[in-house]
Amino acid sequence: MLRSVGYLTVCSFSSPAPQRDTMFPKGTKRKFSDSGEEPVSSGDQVPAAPSVATRSLTSSYSLQRQSLLDMSLIKLQLCHMLVEPNLCRSVLIANTVRQIQEEMTQDGTWQIMTQALAAAQCPTDRLVATEVLCRQTDAAAQAGQSPKPFSVGGLEEGYHAEEVVMEGDVETEVTMSTLAPVSPQLSSASYLAGPFVMGPCWDEDEEEEEEEEEEEDGECEEDEEDDSEDCVSEGEEADRDHLSPDSRTGEQVFGTFEIKHPAPPPDPALEELFSDVDPSYYDLDTVLTGMQSAPKMGPYDLLESLSSHGPTALSSSSSCRSDLNELDHIMEIIVGS
Amino acid sequence: MGEDTESPKINHTFLRDYVTEADVISTVEFNHTGDLLATGDKGGRVVIFQRETESKGELEEVGETGDSGEYNVYSTFQSHEPDFDYLKSLEIEEKINKIRWLPQQNAAHFLLSTNDKTIKLWKVSERDKRPEGYNLKDEGGRLKDNSTITSLQVPVLKPTDLMVEVRPRRVFSNGHTYHVNSISVNSDGETYLSADDLRINMWHLGITDRSFNIVDIKPANMEDLTEVITAAEFHPHHCHLFVYSSSKGTLRLCDMRASALCDRHAKLFEEPEDPGSRSFFSEIISSVSDVKFSHSGRYLLTRDYLTAKVWDLNMDKGPVETYQVHEYLRSKLCSLYENDCIFDKFECVWNSSDSVIMTGAYNSFFRMFDRETGRGVTLEAWRESSKPRAVLRTRRVYNGGKRRRGDVGVDSLDFTKKILHMAWHPSENIIAIAATNNLYIFQDRINPETQLQ
Repeated sequence: MLRSVGYLTVCSFSSPAPQRDTMFPKGTKRKFSDSGEEPVSSGDQVPAAPSVATRSLTSSYSLQRQSLLDMSLIKLQLCHMLVEPNLCRSVLIANTVRQIQEEMTQDGTWQIMTQALAAAQCPTDRLVATEVLCRQTDAAAQAGQSPKPFSVGGLEEGYHAEEVVMEGDVETEVTMSTLAPVSPQLSSASYLAGPFVMGPCWDEDEEEEEEEEEEEDGECEEDEEDDSEDCVSEGEEADRDHLSPDSRTGEQVFGTFEIKHPAPPPDPALEELFSDVDPSYYDLDTVLTGMQSAPKMGPYDLLESLSSHGPTALSSSSSCRSDLNELDHIMEIIVGS
Repeated sequence: MGEDTESPKINHTFLRDYVTEADVISTVEFNHTGDLLATGDKGGRVVIFQRETESKGELEEVGETGDSGEYNVYSTFQSHEPDFDYLKSLEIEEKINKIRWLPQQNAAHFLLSTNDKTIKLWKVSERDKRPEGYNLKDEGGRLKDNSTITSLQVPVLKPTDLMVEVRPRRVFSNGHTYHVNSISVNSDGETYLSADDLRINMWHLGITDRSFNIVDIKPANMEDLTEVITAAEFHPHHCHLFVYSSSKGTLRLCDMRASALCDRHAKLFEEPEDPGSRSFFSEIISSVSDVKFSHSGRYLLTRDYLTAKVWDLNMDKGPVETYQVHEYLRSKLCSLYENDCIFDKFECVWNSSDSVIMTGAYNSFFRMFDRETGRGVTLEAWRESSKPRAVLRTRRVYNGGKRRRGDVGVDSLDFTKKILHMAWHPSENIIAIAATNNLYIFQDRINPETQLQ
């Protein structure tokens, strides 16, 4: 028989605050958008996978599967926004995505989905990522609270709000040519690749604009730096028409978990990034008077975000040209660090 | 007091619900005698408790034997500080992931504590005497004027108030690229292993600038990564054997005599999957969150999301015992995946005689299973029911069937109250349970000493 000897509170405050969302409140069923058929009895049970023959017939199953896929992709995209980056969690989610993808490929539904998305509007693709990544709070909490499946259609409400910004950014494609997120060919490179790959780059553009007005938020910057580096490397691969998400996300997702030691090898991605920059940037006047024209928006913001981390981020790369250091200096003056 | 008796009471609930994130306990560990209990928290602090010894006379009157189970604070120190990786713009958390004590060799105590990146060896020593009567210095420590010294005296040791000093003796840094999840001291008393998501290193306690890499599962191409290391431990008696668990639910026993790099296991423990219960979450819930050797060294205890399993080292085909911790969650896996609870890492522990295993659950519940009878009991670590000396009553989760008074419904479970970390006294029936920022200590007064088989 166990007796309590006592408890020792580490601090003076007691009851734990909710750290994560609790389960759905009693009686709330998970809402799956369409299937008027069975309201899944236990609420949120994913049934054991039926045989291949019956799988495609059960629309509720495929809806649940799709919802799970959407949820997993968003989790993967946002794992760099977690308080504690967790490689194990990311690997498990990626494996789940892979598993769903394999099953859908067997079903033939994978092909259908990618073709449908190829025909979809490009801005909508970007929207998925934007809407998702612009959420300020813990994405997992959001996911837990929202019973709606994360589908492209469900994000229409955010469309208009984002419209203005996006149009302005369309022109930035010129500079970020290696990324080319808007090109129709790329949008066919799978729905999965859309939010995965394009998202972070996209989000980074918008966040930077906001950031110029607001105070620097350390967490925001982290995302940007990661995103900018990841973006460029992703962009390079964008030409290869990979359909599997993990081929690209692997580096993007898993690469952020390394605790890098000082003096890494020079990043070829950085070189590529800077090679597109107009030399007039090094002119203080140009910089101080603001943007030359919209096309230069992208790299300018990228540089700002990179340099605001301190000169070490750039100067450690021995392949950076000396005029980049000059630019650093200019940036420091502007940023006032 | 001048207060208006009719005014509404000030609502203090916001105070009660506020918990500093830094105070959340992240690891608990008894030392080898059980006299000391160390806890680490998210703020990088270590708090060491020491067991109070009461005089035998008092206890015998009450009819109870042995020392009281009371633990009081012995020492507190900041083990790890928050760090920042400038190149990746990522914070390195100061949260203490694991604490392991070294076997005691002299009057001082040594423990290893680790955060995500760095392992530190700390020396905890007592000082209760100080020398007085120096010849060259006065009481304040200032040098005396030589001309005032006319005779020699021998300094004597005078007792003072007990002071506990904690000093870092070794810092083992730059050994890990990924996040350290386990450390384990070898039975040889000289080495220990540290495991991160992809690699396991072996260190010598005296050498900080070098470590041997003994397991490396990092693929050449990170895109091919599908499995990570979740826990690792040395065998309690055989210094050449260690085990590590993976996110795919496998256990690998490795023998360091076979080769320097133990990528190839000596034994692979894996339970074949039940095709009937396969779902998209099968792999996630099979991921092993903790692995512990039994004290005898014959068995392994593992915890995955829904079960705790006991494995016999001599049989790798499957576990010899499986205990359902919270099977009622199986139908809720989708929601638990959504709110990330499915990734919670629960620990598991053996009692001193390896006859009982214990692990945590949600809603401040923890479970104990008697291996002989196979029966399990649910207990709660919650202040309202834990007045000192109160008897802990068993709880039940209601999931259909006959409902008894006091049962908790599955949908009423609080998933923010998780019991992840716990420890069992090495020789007695005293357990320490960490619940967020609270530490609960329970003792079995009826059977304080564990019957050795």
